[in-house]
Amino acid sequence: MDLSRDELLRYSRHLILPDVALDGQQRIKAARVLLVGAGGLGSPAALYLAAAGVGTIGIVDFDVVDISNLQRQVLHGTAAVGRPKLESARARIADLNPNVNVETYETRLTSENALEILSGYDMIVDGTDNFATRYLVNDACVLLGKPNVYGSIFRFDGQASVFCTPDGPCYRCLFPTPPPPGSVPSCAEGGVLGVLPGLVGTIQATEALKLILGAGEALIGRLLLVDALSMSFRTVRVRRDPNCPACGTREITQLIDYDEYCGTSSTTTTTANMTRVPEVTPLELADALARGADIELLDVREPYEWRLGVLPNAKLVPLGSLPAAMATLDGQRDIVVYCRSGLRSADAVQRLCAAGFRATNLAGGILRWSDEVDPSLPKY
Amino acid sequence: MPIAVVLPRALYPYSRGSSTLTLEDPCTTVADALSVIGSRWPGLLDRVMTEQGSVREHVNIFVGEESIRFAGGLATPVGDGDTIMIVAAVSGG
Repeated sequence: MDLSRDELLRYSRHLILPDVALDGQQRIKAARVLLVGAGGLGSPAALYLAAAGVGTIGIVDFDVVDISNLQRQVLHGTAAVGRPKLESARARIADLNPNVNVETYETRLTSENALEILSGYDMIVDGTDNFATRYLVNDACVLLGKPNVYGSIFRFDGQASVFCTPDGPCYRCLFPTPPPPGSVPSCAEGGVLGVLPGLVGTIQATEALKLILGAGEALIGRLLLVDALSMSFRTVRVRRDPNCPACGTREITQLIDYDEYCGTSSTTTTTANMTRVPEVTPLELADALARGADIELLDVREPYEWRLGVLPNAKLVPLGSLPAAMATLDGQRDIVVYCRSGLRSADAVQRLCAAGFRATNLAGGILRWSDEVDPSLPKY
Repeated sequence: MPIAVVLPRALYPYSRGSSTLTLEDPCTTVADALSVIGSRWPGLLDRVMTEQGSVREHVNIFVGEESIRFAGGLATPVGDGDTIMIVAAVSGG
């Protein structure tokens, strides 16, 4: 791949760098990298891969920009709120580096399209935000023989690795099956330090460039664990599992319904279906309270959420302290449990019912209460 | 020297906010260490182990850098000064 005079100037700091030089820059220009997700992880990855001169960057994302994205998704701006993420991604990359060819896929990645989309690229950068797509990306990468540059985040913690290389492990070697639905909060449910995906996404871009250049030691067979609060970086070994159904025994020969597999399909997305707990709607609860029903209202959020606003006469019992708190609860009273969106409270209701209490989940939590009963209670 | 158990952030609510547990009780295996954890931090063990007594598949336990899945499982030896790390799957992006 020849470089123009402009490109020679643009990439001069790469050209004088050992392990990159002209050869390396030509490899970068010839590379085709697919980003699954243009969000928290995809944003820094896209920016740095584009800045580096990756010749073709593919991006899969069906979402539109929301104002709550802008705390961390630095590919997008305020003017882009309400518009497809791919639109602002394409514009930003074009401005940063017009030499990059951007190919966009404004669609959800599914079992029907994943093999076709991924097959056109040298490697995949996993910037997704849910387990179903992570398992889909992994299995597709194993079937196609494409490296999967993995990153994931939760609150202040991040993980990164490189999966699916010829001799290395895949994601399933580390996590054979997904967690129960609703047990691991998303960024929307658990929160995330805005800069954290910047750190992890940039690590992913670094790993992608190392694979392209054949330089350094990629995170193959290693999982990098980042704790941003202590700024500690630990690595643990990830071994290729000979019994892994994807890359070991190769029992997985085709892609499946990953939403169903992870328990997050449309038939299982309600909290009641996911956890099979009794529910009450906000309007039903408000009506019962107005009639003077004797209800113990438990709030299983954290103290810093409690300060944002509470339901009337609620008692704070953070979810982690529920086992110990059960001894103080009156087994003769009806209990209604709530949290921000209804997920943590569903977990609490399941535990309370198992312990013999009459407990019900407030469907949709504070978010739905604010929409349907009391708009003065702030949503967050 | 005590054994340190490093937790994933998702388990902090069950450890009263601690990122690292210190086990002074004598432990010779990972199973011993988990038993100590279960007795001192109720609720935490549920998140790591199934009711049948095996490690949940979305959780990995490492002694040093090595996963117990490729060592001795719950019978993997641990000794004074060792660090056990519990790593759970996260999916944020």
